[in-house]
Amino acid sequence: MQQPSSNNKLPKGVLEKPKDTKSVILRLSKYLFYNKWLLLLAVLLAITSNLLALVGPMLSGYAIDAIEPGVGAVNFKTVFYYTGWMIVFYLLSSVLTYNLSVLMMHISQKVSKRLREDLFIKLVELPIGYFDTHQSGDLISRFSYDIDVIGNSLSTDVVQICSSIITVIGAFIMMVIISPILVMVTLVTIPLSILYTKYMTSKVRPLFRKRSEKLGRMNSFVEEMVTAQKTIKAYARENTVMDKFRIINDEAIEAYYNADYYSSIVGPTVNFINNLSLSLVTVFGALLYLFGKMTLGNISSFVLYSRKFSGPINEAANIVSELQSAAAAAERVFRILDETAEKADIPDATDLTEVEGNVEIKEVSFGYSKDKIIIQKLNLMAKAGGLIAIVGPTGAGKTTIINLLMRFYDVLDGIITVDGHNINELTRKSLRKAYAMVLQDTWVFHGTIYENIAYGKENATMEEVIEAAKAARIHSYIMRLPEGYHTVLNEEGVNISKGQKQLLTIARAMLMEAKMLILDEATSNVDTRTEIQIQKAMRNLMHGKTCFVIAHRLSTIRNADLILVVDNGNIVEQGNHKDLIKKQGFYYRLYESQFE
Amino acid sequence: MAARVAGDAVKHIRNDLFEKIQQLSGAQVDFFSIPSLVSRMTSDTYNVHQMIGMMQRMGVRAPIIIIGGILITATLDPVLTLILAGTLPLLGMVVYIVTKKGIPLYSAGQEATDRMVRTVRENISGIRVIKALSKTDYEKDRFAENNKAVVARELKAGITMAVIKPAMNLLLNLGLTLVVIVGAYRVNDGVSETGKIVAFLSYFTMILNAVLGITKVFTILSKAGASSKRISEVLNEEEDLKIEEITNSDEKSNIDYHIVFDNVSFTYNKREKSGVKLDDDLASIINISFVLKKGEALGIIGSTGAGKTTLVNLLMRYYDVEKGAIFINGRNIKTYPLQELRSRFGVVFQNDSIFADTVKENIDLSRGLSIEQIEDGAKDAQAYDFIMQLGFGDGEDTGYEYPIATKGLNLSGGQKQRLLISRALAGNPEILILDDSSSALDYRTDSNLRKAMRDHFKETTKIVIAQRISSIMNMDHILVLDEGQLIGYGNHEELLQTCEIYEEIYQSQMGDES
Repeated sequence: MQQPSSNNKLPKGVLEKPKDTKSVILRLSKYLFYNKWLLLLAVLLAITSNLLALVGPMLSGYAIDAIEPGVGAVNFKTVFYYTGWMIVFYLLSSVLTYNLSVLMMHISQKVSKRLREDLFIKLVELPIGYFDTHQSGDLISRFSYDIDVIGNSLSTDVVQICSSIITVIGAFIMMVIISPILVMVTLVTIPLSILYTKYMTSKVRPLFRKRSEKLGRMNSFVEEMVTAQKTIKAYARENTVMDKFRIINDEAIEAYYNADYYSSIVGPTVNFINNLSLSLVTVFGALLYLFGKMTLGNISSFVLYSRKFSGPINEAANIVSELQSAAAAAERVFRILDETAEKADIPDATDLTEVEGNVEIKEVSFGYSKDKIIIQKLNLMAKAGGLIAIVGPTGAGKTTIINLLMRFYDVLDGIITVDGHNINELTRKSLRKAYAMVLQDTWVFHGTIYENIAYGKENATMEEVIEAAKAARIHSYIMRLPEGYHTVLNEEGVNISKGQKQLLTIARAMLMEAKMLILDEATSNVDTRTEIQIQKAMRNLMHGKTCFVIAHRLSTIRNADLILVVDNGNIVEQGNHKDLIKKQGFYYRLYESQFE
Repeated sequence: MAARVAGDAVKHIRNDLFEKIQQLSGAQVDFFSIPSLVSRMTSDTYNVHQMIGMMQRMGVRAPIIIIGGILITATLDPVLTLILAGTLPLLGMVVYIVTKKGIPLYSAGQEATDRMVRTVRENISGIRVIKALSKTDYEKDRFAENNKAVVARELKAGITMAVIKPAMNLLLNLGLTLVVIVGAYRVNDGVSETGKIVAFLSYFTMILNAVLGITKVFTILSKAGASSKRISEVLNEEEDLKIEEITNSDEKSNIDYHIVFDNVSFTYNKREKSGVKLDDDLASIINISFVLKKGEALGIIGSTGAGKTTLVNLLMRYYDVEKGAIFINGRNIKTYPLQELRSRFGVVFQNDSIFADTVKENIDLSRGLSIEQIEDGAKDAQAYDFIMQLGFGDGEDTGYEYPIATKGLNLSGGQKQRLLISRALAGNPEILILDDSSSALDYRTDSNLRKAMRDHFKETTKIVIAQRISSIMNMDHILVLDEGQLIGYGNHEELLQTCEIYEEIYQSQMGDES
């Protein structure tokens, strides 16, 4: 298929601007809220399991108080009592944590599933033009890689954030309960570490953005160059390309390093600040102990809590970087979801039934963009059973007319009618069903031969399929396969030849019994015997249908009732073969040049 | 500091890998397949980078904390330290068992993902047919099924792996409880003090945090382990195309001829274990012999899968011949250094690459051609006129400075082919090869191109592979290939008489059958 927007400066992908992270995260959380009850349960679980874990240090503190009397005076009953409870709480907490992870896994998979589904539904509803201007690899990676990143982040990071918050708050409360005075001591350093973390994350964020940007650049360079390796070798450009790669690689590594470096400083520095506070706590704690204001067990619990308190802050930088990559991935997914889908049918659209196949194009103007009209006031009448040939250089816009007939694009001006109905007032589904289509770019999918032929007709019986295959002259070939009609075709149909693929799609079109046919004649010549088979099958197919043929063969062109000559997107001439030859214009030169 | 080391290591791995990929022979590239090479270069090196970085951050700091912590606790109370040390192997076992169970589950998940991706890919490539047949709803259902399978498999893997963290947490906390109990006995017996136990617990918690941090490394480790295996697979490939010494027998071939194919046979070897799918057009050739004098033009025609492209692949030494030999200027091509050999050619392959760069650079490819040479190439390739129109109206870079989008997305099919031909013609190559590269040109442009080649490239030996008989029927020699065998050789008139298949092709394209 050729490019409709041949003078777009750059494909859309390049011009996409980053959105702001906040709105992306907000939108992503909407997906989370589709499972709000599960999410609520998860949050409850997170709170309980972390609270249970928080009880641990308190209990160990009591146990230590029971040890404190020293040699020979340890109160074992109390020690066992509290350690027993410790085991119970830790066990409970672990079981809950496990259940929580499983629950989060379910939630994140549900979100991924829904995202993927939404993405796919959007994909098949996008207008054809989208596929002409975007790379399939990029689209596919959004299904696999990007959604994966989002899922991973949701399943781990959300829990981690929840439990971090609870741990920090819980630990703080416990500390206050044990000794408000000691908390005052830690309070000296807490703002310090919070402010520091906040400052660093704001500093690190642009670095992470730069890092993904550079990495993306390297990835696309690699993709481009590895794909082009045959060409690069042909022109012996290996060294030049290597030099370019070195620079891009250096930049990517440098960006990675910068982001990593600053985010890795955060943890140890915060740790240092915390240790500072810990030594303060120890000193003051010792004083309080000496004055009998605090037990040893209390001090122990307090220290353990303050360690728990600082743990999540250490991890903050890691979580932030993961969230940021998830946000970037989500952004790529949402960008497709935001594309405008094919316009809906008008509200009172009617179904096209009992088609005869009279097609008329009246005063039609069209351009892929409004400021570049490529079809000017085209008029054309195709009577039922007629043959319209469209000729001209590839890339000149021959498929444009097909795009309009099948309403892959809408006309800007004028109307197209089928049996007198304006096609804009018909349902797309019924209009498209009225056409059978055989494209040069044959398409078969992973499935049996039967499924591939029956694709266009719901509930086709095996008899009908066999009949179509016979008419398409592929039946005997199919019967020679070990599993006949139930043979499964590989991806892209690699286990059958190009010619046979062509015959399969002819059989598929044959089965549809449509009154109108769109045919893109194959230029690639498959082996000569199959070629002749294909032509015979095509003639069977064309019988009694209104045919629009993108013609490459002289025999087709000469027999056409009407020939449209297309150049640079414009229809430059129309008429039958004789008239056009007589005219000695573009068509004449085109025709003659074949014999030079 | 640590991050710097990681970066350096990955930088070198990437550079080496990229260099290696550029040196791979055609057979080796087929073996790995291009998409797989790209993903090894990108996501696999990224995984390794992440792992090294993470290992250094967590993997170095955490062991230091763990070992340091153990040493300090040992001075506090050696017996209690035994408890602490005892829990560590248990943790290792948990990780080992769970990952061992988890990895096959992850692979199963990957398979389901592959199926899902296949459906997406089919939908993108067949979007016209799907829309034309109004099968959108059917495809949605098909995708939903795939999607469900992915979710089911991934959940299974995820739930298994989720055991690690709580299990480790539990083990460590049980150890901690044990410390309190044993500590109680030791204090009671007078061998330890309460204060020491308090300090011990504090260190224990610190170690606990460090160990939990490492669990994250484990998941990345298993991912990066697979990645580094994929990377080293490529790096360990041996050099395939060795340059041979010139011997007397290499000179025996007649110097009068520019290119000689002497009884050449070749089959694409499918290496074991490969899931390589060969392109339709990759076909073996059997006992092909022909000679070309300097400046002559050869047309090659034949059905898909006849082996036309194979001839080019062998001549430019992307693959080595199996039997026979190829000579250029009387010297076996195996004796030329690869870059020297290939720099003799100007070539356009089928589906050749266009780079996201300016028009000028796409023609020049950093060969340092003069602007005159580039312009001559463009004119001969019938590309000059459209290049001159590029970008006008946008007010930015125009003509030769016009930026081409990735894969030439902002050019039409015919424009792309003409740009590629400009590249091949610019610089006046010794040998010109056009492999089915004028199919998108209209007959008129095609014939102008042929005329330019005749008039301006008298010294260049030309090899043109075409589907259209009109593109090659005026060549000095025409070679007809069928299923890898040469079934006709001569000029147009001769072949019409002697080669039945040639005549059939001619009739089907030019004749009037009705």
